[in-house]
Amino acid sequence: MANGTSTIDVGTEEFPALPGQEKGTLTGWIQDLVFTVDHKKLGLLYIGTAWLFFVAAGIMATLIRLQVAWPGNHVVDPATFNALFTMHGTIMIFWVAMPLIFGFANYVVPLQIGARDMAFPRLNAFSFWLTFFSGCLLMFSYVAGPSLYGASGPPQVAWFALAPLTSRAFYPGPSVDYWSLSLLVSGIGSVTGGVNVMTTIFCYRTKGMTLYRMPLFTWATLTTMFLVVVFLPPLSAAQIMLTLQRYAGAKFFEPLAGGSPILWQHFFWIFGHPEVYILVLPAFGILSEVIPVFSRKPIFGYPMMVAAIVLIGFVSAGVWAHHMFTVGLNSFSVTFFAFATLVIAIPTGLKIFNWVGTMYGGKIRYELPMLFCLAFILQFLIAGLTGVMLGVAPFDWQLNDSYFVVAHFHYVIVGGIVFGIFAGTYYWYPKAFGRMMDNRLGLWHFWLFLIGFHLTFDPQHFSGILGMPRRIYTYQPGRGWEIWNLLSTIGAFFQAAGALLFVINLFWSAWKGKEAGEDPWDAWTLEWETTSPPPDYNFETLPEVRSRRPLWDLKHPEDPDWKFE
Amino acid sequence: MNRLAIILAQFQFWPDQGSTLAGDVDRLFWTLTGVCGTILLAIAFVIIYFLAKYRRSNPNVDRSLGDKPTLPAEATWTVIPFFIFIGMFIWGSIIYFHKNQVPREAIEIEVIGKQWMWKIQHPEGKKEINELHVPLGKTIKLIMTSQDVIHDFGLPAFRVKEDVLPGRYTTEWFTPTKTGVFRIFCNQYCGTDHANMTGQVYVMEPQAYAAWLRSGMNPTPIVQAGGELYRSLGCSGCHEPNGVVRAPSLHGLFGHPVPLQDGRVVIADERYLRDCILLNYEIPASYEPVMPSFAGRLSEDQIYQLIAYIKSLAANEPETASVP
Repeated sequence: MANGTSTIDVGTEEFPALPGQEKGTLTGWIQDLVFTVDHKKLGLLYIGTAWLFFVAAGIMATLIRLQVAWPGNHVVDPATFNALFTMHGTIMIFWVAMPLIFGFANYVVPLQIGARDMAFPRLNAFSFWLTFFSGCLLMFSYVAGPSLYGASGPPQVAWFALAPLTSRAFYPGPSVDYWSLSLLVSGIGSVTGGVNVMTTIFCYRTKGMTLYRMPLFTWATLTTMFLVVVFLPPLSAAQIMLTLQRYAGAKFFEPLAGGSPILWQHFFWIFGHPEVYILVLPAFGILSEVIPVFSRKPIFGYPMMVAAIVLIGFVSAGVWAHHMFTVGLNSFSVTFFAFATLVIAIPTGLKIFNWVGTMYGGKIRYELPMLFCLAFILQFLIAGLTGVMLGVAPFDWQLNDSYFVVAHFHYVIVGGIVFGIFAGTYYWYPKAFGRMMDNRLGLWHFWLFLIGFHLTFDPQHFSGILGMPRRIYTYQPGRGWEIWNLLSTIGAFFQAAGALLFVINLFWSAWKGKEAGEDPWDAWTLEWETTSPPPDYNFETLPEVRSRRPLWDLKHPEDPDWKFE
Repeated sequence: MNRLAIILAQFQFWPDQGSTLAGDVDRLFWTLTGVCGTILLAIAFVIIYFLAKYRRSNPNVDRSLGDKPTLPAEATWTVIPFFIFIGMFIWGSIIYFHKNQVPREAIEIEVIGKQWMWKIQHPEGKKEINELHVPLGKTIKLIMTSQDVIHDFGLPAFRVKEDVLPGRYTTEWFTPTKTGVFRIFCNQYCGTDHANMTGQVYVMEPQAYAAWLRSGMNPTPIVQAGGELYRSLGCSGCHEPNGVVRAPSLHGLFGHPVPLQDGRVVIADERYLRDCILLNYEIPASYEPVMPSFAGRLSEDQIYQLIAYIKSLAANEPETASVP
């Protein structure tokens, strides 16, 4: 500027930034993150928040495993242990898995449907900050002072917080309130986020992007957000009921006053089981993006894949009481819910078969995203089959609330959802940062995490069959559980090592990774059409879509997909 | 070698079978594990085969698939698993309904859960804590309730487990098939000392059980204790014939339908009797709601004794025919 040779274009001259907001300064950078309404930055903020809480809850898990590594071990005292598994479960679901789902939805969906941003950008920021601060509220319980009614401390009520254990009679201090209110706040954030994503998908698709041409990840996200909007409110309602009971004399869950001791469980699981599908459907979506790209073939049976996603969404509304087969429901209810539980396995099975069908006749590339997807398929299959077994009511007399259940749902959530999220991260990271993630670190991560996962959770099936109850902080020797618990604890450290390498890779590759270019995987959906990272406005001109694989059409004008649709 | 044997002995896979139910459940379990394992191996095999065959570096493979429709394949892998799972469902339901039929001849034992112990009382009045003595080969029916939060009375060797709820009765039953000591676990998280809420079941020969019942102090049988409460609390003043207030007779009541004021008809079971004593909101048709609530005045033990006494009245002929 000083030598006067540069020309000034009309309309691009820069106004001087306000003090503290200058580009390139720390405060400017923080202000940019805090005040942004850009879906990509918010998406990354969601995902960053999730990994932050993932590290916290992962440390808790490692402490839990250390405590039960062998009989009579004493690493933490019972109250601390109970708080650890309560916080581990709650955080992993509400502040790791949920923000990851919203983060991916935020980042990927507008790009995939050719939109410039979400429908309601400021609502989007609002949803994110509610999620973030509700998580902080829960963590704050570790350091909070006592209330009028008693000592504080982290909640010790387990992640499903069965009433009447949550009554003031048992926990007079505010610890349960931290749990309850933080979930209430995060629930509001999730519902507004869900409305936002649904509106975006319905109203902001680019020209030619009919519902029938929408990428499967977007379809899965749409169904997920529908489930969020329908099934989070029962949980929020239950939190309000709980607060009323604790402080305003309501008696919803108080049996001596005519309330019901199992009402809470109904409310919780009406939310709780669809929640599993809220989390797993986007992972299904990621697989349905990654597997075709790395098999070099379009997805096998797109219409049925969409139908399966939607069907899973609907049936998931009618399975919740399979968490309650041992609370003494009447036999009609048990039969109904057992049946629904088995039925939901059918569309899920169809998806697995169709992924395998996609590989048939393909040209399979063994890149990192594909490796995680392959592990996902086999692990999720096992999780599904143990789920079917647990759905058969008589097993619950032996296995309910035992470590078998712990193994089953960690197979779903870690072996399934987390592996799917890893696949998605390796797949879309080049888009978000313009650089590839390091392959060697990624392979170490994959193998360490895979071995750690199986070493941790495979043995828990056996300790569960041998009768080990969940949530016990210690146990006596001589029950046949020792070796299984020891293996499980060793596995936890393998997983921790793998996760550490992953986090290192996230930072390292942003700095030193190989340049990715626009389309490193030679993929077919719209997000790969724009630059990496995409500009604030996503696309210079909004693309027009004529088939399910718009980039294929662009790259192969001689043989476009739309001729066959 | 010896050390290896010791290490291998650590790997246990299967719990004891201690009850008549265990065989049924285990057969179902092994069959399902077999079916699911076969499905898993088949799919894993196909995946690995495809991965090898269709790897990118393999040029000698026919990748031309033509325009085969996908629906027939999809229909196959929808319908076949559907029938497999329906089969599992039906088999599981048969066992489930079998278990729901409690055999008539059963020894009814009271179990009260509280943070963090199990209080158990036999019909003869003998009490124990965290221990349950039962005779071999007899059907045992546990009638369970909780004094505070939700617990769960789990007996892995017998393959039974049921939540123990405050304010409600739940039941579980089993018929032990071998003598020995078996474990009781609380399976539902119930607060700080959840892990230590354990106990033992002692399955004894019937003679030994009878001797055990007679040992120690001579307690009052539950029904008799209930009868004493029935009179001392003044229940008999209204519910017996010639009472001062018109109240329904309790003789022959248990297990029979009761028409209520709101038009419903309920079976007079343990739950109904309990709610009548404590909550008093299900008023039988044609009676005034004048009975006082006994909530807070009776311990769980006493409520159980009263109900046991009222149940015993069902077996006897009414002392006087009560004509409404």
